[in-house]
Amino acid sequence: MLIKTRDDGFAHPVPSEITPQEVYQDRRQLMRLMAGGAAGAVLASWATRDARAQMPAPGASLPGRKSAVSGASTVEKLTDFKDASGYNNFYEFGMDKSDPARNAHTLKTTPWTVAIEGLVKKPGNYALEDLLKLSAMEERIYRMRCVEGWSMVIPWVGYSVAELIKKVEPLGSAKYVEFVTLADKKTMPYVGSRVLDWPYVEGLRMDEAMHPLTLLTFGMYGEVLPKQNGAPLRLVVPWKYGFKSGKSLVKIRFTDKQPATAWSVAAPQEYGFYSNVNPLVDHPRWSQAAERRIGEDGLFAKKRKTLMFNGYEPQVGQLYAGMDLKKYY
Amino acid sequence: MDTARLNRWLLGPAVKPVLFLACLLPVLWLIYATASDQLGANPAEALIRSTGDWTLRMLCLVLAVTPLRIQFKLPALARLRRMLGLFVFAYAVLHLLCYAWLDMGLEPGDIARDIAKRPFILVGFTAFVLLTLLAATSWNRAIRALGAVRWQALHRLVYAVAVLAVLHFFWMRAGKNNFAEVQVYAGVLGLLLGWRLWRLWSGQRPRTAVGQARIDQGPR
Repeated sequence: MLIKTRDDGFAHPVPSEITPQEVYQDRRQLMRLMAGGAAGAVLASWATRDARAQMPAPGASLPGRKSAVSGASTVEKLTDFKDASGYNNFYEFGMDKSDPARNAHTLKTTPWTVAIEGLVKKPGNYALEDLLKLSAMEERIYRMRCVEGWSMVIPWVGYSVAELIKKVEPLGSAKYVEFVTLADKKTMPYVGSRVLDWPYVEGLRMDEAMHPLTLLTFGMYGEVLPKQNGAPLRLVVPWKYGFKSGKSLVKIRFTDKQPATAWSVAAPQEYGFYSNVNPLVDHPRWSQAAERRIGEDGLFAKKRKTLMFNGYEPQVGQLYAGMDLKKYY
Repeated sequence: MDTARLNRWLLGPAVKPVLFLACLLPVLWLIYATASDQLGANPAEALIRSTGDWTLRMLCLVLAVTPLRIQFKLPALARLRRMLGLFVFAYAVLHLLCYAWLDMGLEPGDIARDIAKRPFILVGFTAFVLLTLLAATSWNRAIRALGAVRWQALHRLVYAVAVLAVLHFFWMRAGKNNFAEVQVYAGVLGLLLGWRLWRLWSGQRPRTAVGQARIDQGPR
């Protein structure tokens, strides 16, 4: 936010705005940050990278600098951390919205590697520690619209997945990126339930994956991701319905064919590959024209209007120029 | 347990008020939980779903009355049936109200379009219309005006309501292949309706309509 008013800041403190204990106790780093301005901020994030790599436990501090990406910082009121971390769809840990917060503690997030595969010059297994260091962490305050008709505003921490893609150098023949998530029966009690084919697979077109808003996410609210939100790293694609943003990623595969994504396989008439937020294309069982903002819209308040591409049309609209979005839902 | 004693106990003056309060408990809890913010991050969804769940549960209860009454020789159960039936209707009203208000913002045009457009809403709404017919003809003068035979024929619509309610729930869950709970209700209701079919086919004719109606009105 550029202009702070009395309604911001102290009126609505959020965890991400509170200086973490580790930061204010580290005076030298703080002075470097103050003295160096913007350059200092970059330096500071570089300086802390090893410290961060050593403590990827959920709840540990993971600050991100302000993002310069267009559309990356909505000024809407943040959803309470309690709701964002307690009301989740993460079916590997149960079907009920409160199940993931209850069950995800069994997930083991260290050690963690992500396999880069397919049509790419630098395939291989990338350790979480290296991914954390790959680019500077940014805070991105995104609207999150679930296909079920509710929404949140969440301050994520991460960097554009484009940074990783550029590093691993996809071949010219790579047209899509497939994101495969963990399916470990030992630590995820509902893997094996008949809801979906496991593992949960999501995918994007290459230009969607390369869009700066597409975030490789390691934290939220200034902290390492809680396990129920997809620790240790997940995708966040703010202009698509939430299920397009895979959690607890273990594999990123570059391919020339459109990936068979989990929901479009399970219920092709209800969920398409694109699944862009679109108030004009209804889900067969409910309207997508409106949404309920969790924790904000009162029980008897009318639902708010859903925006085209979840309000990110200026940034992503051109990706779909000329496409029939009713056909490619 | 001695059925004669159980039957006598069921005829006791406290049974109806106690059952009434027990059936009221879920809605009292929902009101309390709403007021004290205990319904989680999405109270609207929680209210719509739990009122639907309780409608199904009440439907299971009311359809269990006749099988239990006959299998366990407990004629006294019959006098509880109307109250249970009206609770099915009451929870269905709450379910519809929650949907219409919390989900549709009480916009008649939006609600009408939604009912026409979405099969699973249409099925649920049809079940509600049928339940309204049954509730409207549940009082003694309506029974007398219709005549016991016609009244009984009309009230067999509750079987259609059971099928529609399960279909409504099934369809709601179909998108996520999440049928565990649907199977429980389908199983219970299937058993209760199956028991009636079994009686019909095995030649054990159901009680005459007049006798049934007399029992439903309870002892005088």
